[in-house]
Amino acid sequence: MRDEGRSLRAVVAVILLAGFVLPILAGFAQTGRAAFGVLPAIGAVEWSLDPWRTLAAMPGFGTSLRLSLVTGVGSTVLALMLAAGFCALLHGRMSTAAIGRLLMPLLAAPHASLAIGLAFLLAPSGWIARAMSPWLTGWDRPPDLATVNDAWGVALIIGLLIKEVPFLLLVIGSALGQLPVRAQLAAGRALGYGRGMVWVKVIFPQVYPLIRMPLFIILAFALSVVDMAIILGPSNPPTLAVAITRWFSAPDVALILPASAAGLMQAAVVAGAIALWIGAERLARLIGRWWLSRGGRGYATGPGLWAAGVVVFTLLTLGVLALLALAVWSFAWRWSFPQALPQSWALRAWMTPGAGWGRALQTTLIIGGVTTLASLALAIAWLEGEDRARRGRAAWAQALIYLPLLVPQIGFLYGLNVLFLQVGISGGMLAVIWAQMLFVFPYVMIALSDPWRALDCQHIRAAAALGASPWRRLVAVKLPMLLRPLMVAGAIGFAVSVAQYLPTLFMGAGRVVTLTTEAVTLASGSDRRIVGVYAVLQAGLPFLAYGAALLVPGLVYRNRRELKGGNA
Amino acid sequence: MRFILFAALSLGFASPALADWQETLDKARGQTVYWNAWGGDARTNAFIAWVGAQTEAQYGVRVEQVKLTDTATAVTQVISEKSAGQDSGGSVDLIWINGPNFLAMKEQSLLHGPFATDLPNARYLDLGPDAAASVDFTVPVDGYASAWRLARFVFTYDSAVVANPPADMAGFLDYAQANPGRVTHPDVSNFMGATFLKQALVEFAPDKTVLQAPVTDEAFATASAPLWEWYDALRPLMWREGQTFPENESVQQQMLNDGEVDFGVSFDPASAAGAIAEGLLPDTARVFVPQGGSIGNISFVAIPYNAANAEGAEVVANFLLDPATQAHQQNIEVLGSFSVLDPSRLNADQAALFAALPSSPALPKLEDLGPTLLEPHASWMVKLVDVWADRYTK
Amino acid sequence: MSLELSDVSVGPIGGAALFAPISLLVEPGQVGTLMGPSGIGKSTLLDAIGGHLVHGFAASGRVSLNGRDVLDLPAEARRIGVLFQDAMLFPHLSVGDNLAFGLARHIRGSARSMAVDEALEQAGLAGFANRDPATLSGGQRARAALMRALLAEPQALLLDEPFSRLDASLRAEIRGFVFDHLRARAIPGLMVTHDASDAEAAGGIIVQL
Repeated sequence: MRDEGRSLRAVVAVILLAGFVLPILAGFAQTGRAAFGVLPAIGAVEWSLDPWRTLAAMPGFGTSLRLSLVTGVGSTVLALMLAAGFCALLHGRMSTAAIGRLLMPLLAAPHASLAIGLAFLLAPSGWIARAMSPWLTGWDRPPDLATVNDAWGVALIIGLLIKEVPFLLLVIGSALGQLPVRAQLAAGRALGYGRGMVWVKVIFPQVYPLIRMPLFIILAFALSVVDMAIILGPSNPPTLAVAITRWFSAPDVALILPASAAGLMQAAVVAGAIALWIGAERLARLIGRWWLSRGGRGYATGPGLWAAGVVVFTLLTLGVLALLALAVWSFAWRWSFPQALPQSWALRAWMTPGAGWGRALQTTLIIGGVTTLASLALAIAWLEGEDRARRGRAAWAQALIYLPLLVPQIGFLYGLNVLFLQVGISGGMLAVIWAQMLFVFPYVMIALSDPWRALDCQHIRAAAALGASPWRRLVAVKLPMLLRPLMVAGAIGFAVSVAQYLPTLFMGAGRVVTLTTEAVTLASGSDRRIVGVYAVLQAGLPFLAYGAALLVPGLVYRNRRELKGGNA
Repeated sequence: MRFILFAALSLGFASPALADWQETLDKARGQTVYWNAWGGDARTNAFIAWVGAQTEAQYGVRVEQVKLTDTATAVTQVISEKSAGQDSGGSVDLIWINGPNFLAMKEQSLLHGPFATDLPNARYLDLGPDAAASVDFTVPVDGYASAWRLARFVFTYDSAVVANPPADMAGFLDYAQANPGRVTHPDVSNFMGATFLKQALVEFAPDKTVLQAPVTDEAFATASAPLWEWYDALRPLMWREGQTFPENESVQQQMLNDGEVDFGVSFDPASAAGAIAEGLLPDTARVFVPQGGSIGNISFVAIPYNAANAEGAEVVANFLLDPATQAHQQNIEVLGSFSVLDPSRLNADQAALFAALPSSPALPKLEDLGPTLLEPHASWMVKLVDVWADRYTK
Repeated sequence: MSLELSDVSVGPIGGAALFAPISLLVEPGQVGTLMGPSGIGKSTLLDAIGGHLVHGFAASGRVSLNGRDVLDLPAEARRIGVLFQDAMLFPHLSVGDNLAFGLARHIRGSARSMAVDEALEQAGLAGFANRDPATLSGGQRARAALMRALLAEPQALLLDEPFSRLDASLRAEIRGFVFDHLRARAIPGLMVTHDASDAEAAGGIIVQL
């Protein structure tokens, strides 16, 4: 029996190593070679440091680097503060499940479609300006204000916050579920501490270790995001990740060398930022202890919490309006400034699936379905392997899962594409599915691990004592009892797959057209109505998947009180 | 094969060429051509889809448009394939290509050909050595790319907002002084943004002939001095004080539609009429060109050296030159792009196809467009973009 | 059928055993009792006998069921049933399906549903086949769990404080119900309990750990 567990684990380990880790390393190796001057295809064969010198001399390189750091670290710090404050404010007033349901549209919406909607919402000629013009603002022409693509990256930070804060709220919410918050809050307040101060001094320090990894993922993502930064960020110069993407696809092919160097630089930026973050954690711990021991009661934290609440509420409203704006555009014909709503409506954008969105929808569904199912199968195999070996997860295995989420995609995707070409599987669905699984599997694994371990092992023992073989225990007991977390993990995986931009673009060689690649391409076009259709579909698919994850288990187990959920 | 064909052609024998073409048609049947083309314009995309439907019906050649945000992506893909040693069966079959991208691919020997001169429909083109269909940015095409649509640099504007558009590039400075924040151009890393600067370069350069030769530092300094003087004065008066720019001309057209700026740019004289028909610009949108004329060129399609479906790609390139195709393309309700064919080589029936096309108030007559200015040598554009980035990207 | 432990001890691999090796013999229909302070390893011993030890623990000695060594067998092949503190009915299956899950494979076709119905009737749960286990009372759940265990035709039954969650009146009733069934089927039982009255009611050998 233990042997079987071992072989199952070996199979999973081989798949992960050969399928995930080696390609990432090989991709980095290719990028690394080019970063030091070796790319025979363009006649570069000599090792040198020239690509780095060229990179340092690139116009705007320093600004791009600074922009990446400011938007990446800034948005993560802000998201953490806002989400923590909002949780302190709302805890006990609203259940985590209810918050989760409210946040679902924003959690489900891919970054690209949210960014497209937000760009329209915030622009000087956007929906907000239209709704207030000219009666309030006196503008009959849009003012020349940098409300999107601003040089400081504020619009990009807002866009990132709209995606990150709901994610953190959910993560913090589930962490709080593991703590006796109510009792500690009562104890703290009985000692004379204000509500907000108990949160800051007692509860948050306990929550933090539980949300540390998701924070690192957010930090790494915000530092290397491409699609959202193209749409909302500054353009001259853009953030480092966007600049690298541009250099990789510049007409001057010699730029691939400094672009590769910059790809490594991007990886170093993420590693450096995480190191910096860990250093800041240490410092915060020292200062925190000293502060805690002083015993300040801080009665006046209320306004701070309310401010966080107002900001989060504003962000969420912006996010919902951004998605709504896309839906309105998709049914518009003419909609010019300063009309609050379109002057004329048309179904034309929706009536021509043959012109593109039908195919893109089909491709997205196929890729999303296959990556999700394959990732679920792999995650189940991994977790079942752990069960059969009756051991927990080694630290290295945990790190392996998080690896693809922490390593910037731009650092290895170009090299990986060259590698896939050599194997001869580039430019097809298979390559895209593979590359997407690098990012879908970790999320599925993270989503499934905790519920899987929380499953009462006595049920499994009872089944074994009744003579059920390991396979029967898995198929007839574990999986049915885990239907809801399986569906949720699947929905998360599907949403991640739908949102993938760079892997689809690079590995598909532009041939594999999904709703996301098409939406980002069209976002640099002139027709918001078509973009609206793509973005609505792109945001709608994950929404449906989450909806199914909530509804199906309730329907299947409508006569099973313990599994019906409704509060899960 | 091709050597024999050339020999035959040079001797004036037409029939072997036709036999050769029949062979191409046979091989092409059943192929799917991946046409890598910038995908930011819905009408162009629809036209490419129409081309695919026609070639599938007529020749059994399917066309899949790979919609690019930037043509260079396809060049990078071919380079990736070459570095992976994939010298056949490549994923790019046909590229809509111009300027620096074409120059880069031609110099790196990444193109299939020469094929363009062998296409049966090449007989409708003026392929003289200095003709527009023979040079791309002064670089001889040498049969490595085939023409498909005419491009002329034009400005679009809303005649209900702007009564008197600037007469020339210098006029934009006066306009911006009177209306700060209402003028912009696409990002210079984009082809159209670079073209905006080139138009000014051509207009302001003291000696225009140097622009036709490869650039030197000395020539550039002299030729571009008045350009920078003008631009330094204009930039602070531009949209967002010239700190940031729309990504490309489509985004700028959307800004024109939103009323954020007063001018759009396009390489398609029919763009305003087309956008009106699509509901993307107000009915009062019009186009204008600077008094002295504007830069013009011909858009080409080329085939990478390792294309998996080169025969199919040749069939598509040939179909694009069919007079009926060119007339369809010039139809304002379809694409509104002017034909690249030499009118003197068309017979009466073919000419009638063009004469019967519908008109639109936003569609300029050919004579309204003034003279076509020659594109500078491609190296000038590369230099212009580099120097601009050095001066203004901080 | 008898359950025999010879010099059985359990402990972490490479570490000290939790308790001194024990030996005992439970005859068919008898119920032996393990008693001792919390944390001494009573439940771990049951895990070892049933085949449910966690990673890092190992059992030494010999456990035989009708002369058959079971320590090297996987749990599902030992034919040793378990009753837990909670009934551990599978929440996704109906009461009837829970029993059918336990029912031995060799009973086929319509005989299966008849066997389930009969077992339900014996447990005083006639007509409960389609009910959600979550809707049963504590006593009903305990009886259903015993029936599910017995339908698997075990050759021994382990009882891990199975009555501790029941109130006093119910406790005696369920206890009697379980022991009567074991006696009737001549199945040896081994019970872990803190309650002297449980041990007394079992009437079998008592081992202090």
